[in-house]
Amino acid sequence: MNPEKTPQPPDFGKLVLEEINHEAAPPPQPERRKRGIPQSVLIPLLAVLTGLIFGAIFIILTSQEVYNGFGQSFGAGLTAMWDVVARSYTALFTGALGDPVRMINALQSGNALEIRRAFNPFLESLVTSTPYIFAGLAVALGFRAGVFNIGAEGQLFMGAITATYVGYKLVGLPMIIHLPLALLAGALGGAIWGFIPGWLKAKTGGHEVINTIMMNYIAFRLSEWLLTGPMKRPGSYNPVSPEIQPSAWLPRFFEDPIRFHLGFFLALGMAYVVYWFLFKTTWGFELRTVGSNPYGAKYAGMDVTKNTVLAMTLSGALAGLAGANEVLGVNHSLAMAFSSGYGFDSIALALLGNNHPVGVVLASLLFGTLRNGATSMQLSANVPNDIISVLQAVILAFIAAPAIIRSLYRLRKPAEGEGMITIKGWGG
Amino acid sequence: MATTTSAFHRKIEVVSPTRQRVMGILFILLGLALVFFFTPGLSQGQVTTFGLSLATSDIQLPPWQVHTLPTLYGLAVVSAILGGIQLARGFGRYTNWVLGLVVGFFIFGFLVWAAAGKSLNLVGMLNTTLSRSVPITLGALSGILCERSGVVNIAIEGMMLTGAMVSALVGSITQNAWIGLLAAIFAGALLALIHAVLSIKYKTNQIVSGTVINIFATGLTSYISAKFLQVNQALNNPPTFGGTPIPLLSEVPILGPVLFNNSIFVYVMFVLLIVLNIALFQTRWGLRLRAVGEHPKAADTLGIDVFKTRYMAVILGGMVAGFAGGYFTLGSAGRFDEVMTAGRGFIGLAAMIFGNWNPFGAFGAGLLFGFADALASRLAILGVAIPSQFLLMAPYIATMIVLAGVIGRARPPAADGIPYEKE
Repeated sequence: MNPEKTPQPPDFGKLVLEEINHEAAPPPQPERRKRGIPQSVLIPLLAVLTGLIFGAIFIILTSQEVYNGFGQSFGAGLTAMWDVVARSYTALFTGALGDPVRMINALQSGNALEIRRAFNPFLESLVTSTPYIFAGLAVALGFRAGVFNIGAEGQLFMGAITATYVGYKLVGLPMIIHLPLALLAGALGGAIWGFIPGWLKAKTGGHEVINTIMMNYIAFRLSEWLLTGPMKRPGSYNPVSPEIQPSAWLPRFFEDPIRFHLGFFLALGMAYVVYWFLFKTTWGFELRTVGSNPYGAKYAGMDVTKNTVLAMTLSGALAGLAGANEVLGVNHSLAMAFSSGYGFDSIALALLGNNHPVGVVLASLLFGTLRNGATSMQLSANVPNDIISVLQAVILAFIAAPAIIRSLYRLRKPAEGEGMITIKGWGG
Repeated sequence: MATTTSAFHRKIEVVSPTRQRVMGILFILLGLALVFFFTPGLSQGQVTTFGLSLATSDIQLPPWQVHTLPTLYGLAVVSAILGGIQLARGFGRYTNWVLGLVVGFFIFGFLVWAAAGKSLNLVGMLNTTLSRSVPITLGALSGILCERSGVVNIAIEGMMLTGAMVSALVGSITQNAWIGLLAAIFAGALLALIHAVLSIKYKTNQIVSGTVINIFATGLTSYISAKFLQVNQALNNPPTFGGTPIPLLSEVPILGPVLFNNSIFVYVMFVLLIVLNIALFQTRWGLRLRAVGEHPKAADTLGIDVFKTRYMAVILGGMVAGFAGGYFTLGSAGRFDEVMTAGRGFIGLAAMIFGNWNPFGAFGAGLLFGFADALASRLAILGVAIPSQFLLMAPYIATMIVLAGVIGRARPPAADGIPYEKE
């Protein structure tokens, strides 16, 4: 450390401003920073917490055990309520993150397979989170540019189709070429499916919400046709594509049963790229300006048309990568039922993450973990995993209407307006 | 100046030369398509047979036979002539009717080709079309109620799905289809209430709110289905509404079997259609509802309670959607299966747009989409080489084309989707 501090040069701009205003700078305001966590973080957290409480109530209400317990005595009923919720959420937790006791035992036994099995739940949660990250980024990027991409599901399907096609059709390529090519094909497939509604919105004013919904169903029918016709696996009775060449697989880091693959890190990298693009580049700045104030952006000479199309195309590409990631990393072939509604969940993810890449990643990790845990909850606690959709809907409702959360937890209303997205009506 | 511009614009809307030309070319193209796609491979003297009565009817009409090739050429020539007239003179404000006629020719030509050398029961086909159009049209009516009052409703699908599940569950428990149907309507209203509170009271983005309801409905119905309905089949075995032929009318040849030999859902749909059309456009209630959807501030100034009107409209819409959900279980399948609505709610949304937010327009679109649906399931039987998926895609593509303004612009209510802030 240099003990001699070089004197700071006077802030010239500030001096000039003071001179112009003929008054000294206002005395520094006393720090008005509120104690604790800012509401932009607090409200999502409380929404998730409230969602979990709702889920517990839901589990209790639909549990035969609880009714049986109350049939015996009030105390037995309460015990049954506690039992059911504790069992379900314990199964959710261990199914999502792993059972600590089992992990320790496995490490002590030194059995490699047992160790892999014990740690698999946690890694599997990351696998489940990966498509969520891609799709959540897709929707968030759209929101930032003022377009509501409700068609991530369709774009995901198209991305999966194109990635699968490139994955099984090209034979004999080295992985270093084949894998990027397949991923690129996935991004392209999604991008086309995003470009069309974007272009229609910019050129004809047709609202992207309706057009992307329509494109979703066109994509479903198209993949149905492809999987029962041109892309059907020869000799198979099921609508499933041929297996993708191993040279296009996203490499896995461990042996079976762990499916954790490179896609997770690609997703994190993509989150950084989206962050960099949105907040560090001129294009990203224009995109965000068009999103927050299209008239102002137009006045400032920005091309609203170009930015709308660009946003939808990029959003589609990201969603397409989500689909490519699933077929190249997890399934290694395409079947109709490969997506469990990632595209629709991604709307919740984007909003939960406040349309910021970091927030989206965190929200995706949460939802992926919940989804993964729900599978084991279904097996060991007899709670159908669809409860996660109910949870997601409740959380999304609270995020979208923060006033409910505020009145539940007696939070103060923030002074400035909230950063909720505002989309105008169908007119465009 | 302002008046001249608006008059100028209105003139453009009616007889835009571009639109006239596009339409004319479209008619001619459809005529050409009839020749190029359908005539190859047919031989002279081939006959298409259309059955005109159901096997159950008392009065049996002889089947209608047409000579395949001459019919196709005839339809093509008439289409082309209409196209020529449209290009030369234009049909002005009758253009849409002529468009309907030419599309009708094309569809008829398609049927003539598809059933060449075979027999197709036209009456059965039309009857299927009508019953397939029921959930679509009802969904569209639900959407019209909401959106005419200025609340976007993309949750029709979720409301239908919940209605279907609830009607199966309640119908099975009570063993009474009517109580099941009432429960479905109630469930739809309840979800609509959530949508209304979120979007009217909390001014949530209405598309987000609709998405919330769709995700919630999918989760809830699948959960209940997995936890109860699949485990205990007695809970998924509701009595159904069978066909209820209307005495006398159902015996009228052709019209009888198509229109008057259906389940109550079809009749209720017709009643709703007429009632809603009159209520929206002929009554004070409808005027107020539309005013709230077009210009809520002006309506408020005139003493109309914007919030109350919107709540009412959204909840009524939810009831219609719940009723439509009942169709799937009580009127059709007789049981609930996970995600059984399979996007019909969204097609209903499309039909609403296609019909330009008008009940009868939506019904027309519902019929068209229902026809595509009915045809898709018969293509295999007829042995046609067109994949049924492409027919099922057609409604979505058509909606996008309409939305893009190629064939006339769809115009939503002005305040659709914008929450109202009282000052």
